[in-house]
Amino acid sequence: MKNIRNFCIIAHIDHGKSTLADRLLEFTQTVSGRQMQAQLLDNMDLERERGITIKSHAIQMNYRADDGQEYVLNLIDTPGHVDFSYEVSRSIAACEGALLLVDSSQGIEAQTISNLYLALEHNLMIIPVLNKIDLPGAMPEEVKDEMVDLLGCDRDEIIPASGKSGIGIKEILEAIVARIPAPKGDPEGPLQAMIFDSVFNSFRGIEVIFRIFNGTIRKGDKVKFFNTGKEYGADEIGILRLNQDPQQEMKAGNVGYLISGIKVAKEVKVGDTIIHAGSSAQPLKGFENVKPMVFAGIYPVDTTEYEELRASMEKLQLNDASLVWEPETSAALGFGFRCGFLGMLHMEIVQERLEREFDMTVITTVPSVQFHAIKTDGSVLKVSAPSEMPEPNTISHIEEPFIKAQIITKSEYIGAILSLCIDKRGIIINQSYLTVDRVEMIFEMPLSEIVFDFFDKLKTISRGYASLDYELIGFRPSTMVKLDIMLNGEKVDALSAIVHRDKAYEWGKKLCEKLRELVPRQMFEIAIQASIGTKIIARETVKALRKNVLAKCYGGDISRKRKLLEKQKKGKKRMRQVGNVEIPQEAFMAVLKLD
Amino acid sequence: MAGIYIHIPFCKQACYYCDFHFSTSLAQKENLLRCLQQELHVQKDYLGGAPIETVYLGGGTPSILSQKELGDLLNTVRALYAVSPQAEITLEANPDDLSLTHLQELYQLGINRLSIGIQSFNNGFLHSMNRAHNAEEALAAIHLARQAGFSNISADLIYAFPHSDHSLWQADLQQMLAFRPEHISAYCLTVEEKTVLGKWTKKGSFQPADEEFAAHQFEQLQQALAEAGYIQYEVSNFCLPGYESKHNSNYWKQTPYLGIGPSAHSYDGHSRQYNISNNALYCKSIEKGELPCEKEILSQENAINEYLMTNLRTVWGCDSSFLEKQYDFQWLPEQLTYIQALVAKGLAHFEQGVLRLSPQGLLLADKIAADLFVEES
Repeated sequence: MKNIRNFCIIAHIDHGKSTLADRLLEFTQTVSGRQMQAQLLDNMDLERERGITIKSHAIQMNYRADDGQEYVLNLIDTPGHVDFSYEVSRSIAACEGALLLVDSSQGIEAQTISNLYLALEHNLMIIPVLNKIDLPGAMPEEVKDEMVDLLGCDRDEIIPASGKSGIGIKEILEAIVARIPAPKGDPEGPLQAMIFDSVFNSFRGIEVIFRIFNGTIRKGDKVKFFNTGKEYGADEIGILRLNQDPQQEMKAGNVGYLISGIKVAKEVKVGDTIIHAGSSAQPLKGFENVKPMVFAGIYPVDTTEYEELRASMEKLQLNDASLVWEPETSAALGFGFRCGFLGMLHMEIVQERLEREFDMTVITTVPSVQFHAIKTDGSVLKVSAPSEMPEPNTISHIEEPFIKAQIITKSEYIGAILSLCIDKRGIIINQSYLTVDRVEMIFEMPLSEIVFDFFDKLKTISRGYASLDYELIGFRPSTMVKLDIMLNGEKVDALSAIVHRDKAYEWGKKLCEKLRELVPRQMFEIAIQASIGTKIIARETVKALRKNVLAKCYGGDISRKRKLLEKQKKGKKRMRQVGNVEIPQEAFMAVLKLD
Repeated sequence: MAGIYIHIPFCKQACYYCDFHFSTSLAQKENLLRCLQQELHVQKDYLGGAPIETVYLGGGTPSILSQKELGDLLNTVRALYAVSPQAEITLEANPDDLSLTHLQELYQLGINRLSIGIQSFNNGFLHSMNRAHNAEEALAAIHLARQAGFSNISADLIYAFPHSDHSLWQADLQQMLAFRPEHISAYCLTVEEKTVLGKWTKKGSFQPADEEFAAHQFEQLQQALAEAGYIQYEVSNFCLPGYESKHNSNYWKQTPYLGIGPSAHSYDGHSRQYNISNNALYCKSIEKGELPCEKEILSQENAINEYLMTNLRTVWGCDSSFLEKQYDFQWLPEQLTYIQALVAKGLAHFEQGVLRLSPQGLLLADKIAADLFVEES
């Protein structure tokens, strides 16, 4: 155990985490050059394209250090997005040390700091690494200052590196061995292993990734997942190299995988503790059931594809335990599913995976957070869709989830960010300078306000400099109202939203304007109205078609024109009908693009 | 019954709205005329010996050809195809080509119908669209054509010029009606992509008239011509009783036709084919003895949709019994519901199984056709 080192890499998106990981794998000859595929650890297509790691993974390296000894290094990769912060916390809890990777042309970002705090909470040894030092825009001295300020470390503890050209790789490996403590634990004690990830394998079921804190696990052992209470046989255990490397036994301090025929990702909860069946071992601390933060309806564009969509969602859930859903019916969209997501990125990923991996075309409805409707009798009703909102006369008030948002930016953007956050009903709690021109701002604001386009806006007004991290801090009373949209007097349930009363008018007006652009003109006039209860707060009109006929239709025109009209007809088939009004699918997504 | 169309792909200058195929260089003229002759030979069995009721020389500007050149083409047509004695033989002409002598020559060739590109009597609009003639020439052309003996004259008009107003359009209509041509084709100015207007529109230096403006002028047109005794037998085509263009009507009645020349289209009842829109490539291919064309076989649904699309534009309408006989097709329940709604709104009549659009309905003919289209099963 004394020669094991478990570590992770803390970095902001684009600061070069995956490239650095690749270099470590190469240097330790964990992978040969031939196996090298840029950014090896991100093995989902989506991850590679977006340049971010969605799911965490682990890999083991062997390294002969300058002291002549052979070490086992377990690199535990962490997701790089705030939607997956619980998974990050579990990955961190599986380590004794962390590389804090900072891009020398960018400096420290919000997410780096919040993950760093997480790592410090878990007493991880931090190795500061200044990455991309060979970039023309590198500002190594300034960024070093920031790192020294943040960590209270010595300047010479910071390792200059470049994942791209391989500078500093050996120094990093030596530092891992020298500075990060070996894991502690009792290999002879009762088994306690923490699950920090799971991977879906269509042939072998769910592979559980764990870190053993105490005890020893052997192939064939009967094990129990403490929090789900389920028992399994350890059909196969092993360590994770580039491929799986089965083992007969694994001891405290090590990181590995377990295969036991589990079919559904839901049974494997990140943070759960593996113990031996019949053992009285206690669970490790820190388990939480991950709760969805954002909810939205997902419907097939083609109503006949409902069953196909259900089958696709079931398959998707096999390897995405954090996706929850239940059937839902909409008057406008027909049969679909109410889904819960960890955040907006997670929602986008699910939507994209449905389209890419399952070839489904879907409509996603207005995303919503979960509100608490406090009824007059004091009971609490959880409301995650506008349709679930009870009648106003039956509730005493509504509470909405609030977050603490941490934004780090260049000081010149303070004003713009302040007004953006205030516009989003935020309250500034603290503002502190990290360096002369980098500021950390802390806000408390409603989660519902950052669900839509907050992050994009933040990036725009700060020219990409500002970074954001947030955590949920609880529910607070808010005057929320249900805003409905009507087309020629018929309510379109899929366009309803729960919004703050002060914003309802603006929301309604913008949405009506957007719909006016998107709803095609028909042979009659279409009234688009926004209402709260029975009160109309905005109206737009789509004028009736006046003239729709081309002047010429001779020999050469006929074929071209038929094709054009056939295309129109096809487009029409993809529209939804509410009353006598046809609504294109883009209209249901319009809410996401209001501005 | 069948028709022949011959495309003469030359013009003196390019009108800014026109997206038909033509060249303003006459260098290839001799060569191209030879190729037209050759294509007439190659395609002589396309129509299966059906009697030819109409021959149409279109363009381009066929009136820039000499009597000899036109005569040679017509002689070949008559020699190879079963042209009926009473066939309609139309030539498209621009006013600036129509001297009395040329008109008399044309008349002698057996051309019995003249389609004159008047477009407008307003010099401002003519100039702004880069037409080669002016209002005076337009007036003279009709007058001289009558003098040369033509008793079946069609005149083209364009409306909805963005800088026009409704009284100017009314004036154009009245001036036209004063001549009482047997036939009038009136087209809403349409911006096509590959034209000068198309480029200007994209750049933002030209803005087409808005929908309401164009609709109003269409209604003016319908009203003025109805009052003068003309029948609107198709969206853009009007005539005095008995003077429907046989040739144009063929396009809407699923009658086979053979198109000769670059960009010309042919239809044999089951498929459509279209020649390449390039003079040099057309000639090269014909000289090698190959037809430079692409062919499209129509599915049952394509054919039904074409019938709906074309016939909804006409005074004859869509006939349920024709659909049943020709395509074994009966209106679907949702189509019948839709048709009922059209009738209720006054946009159509549905009598004795024939669906006809009302004058108001014609304004929305494309939308209605698309809504009624059947889908491939």
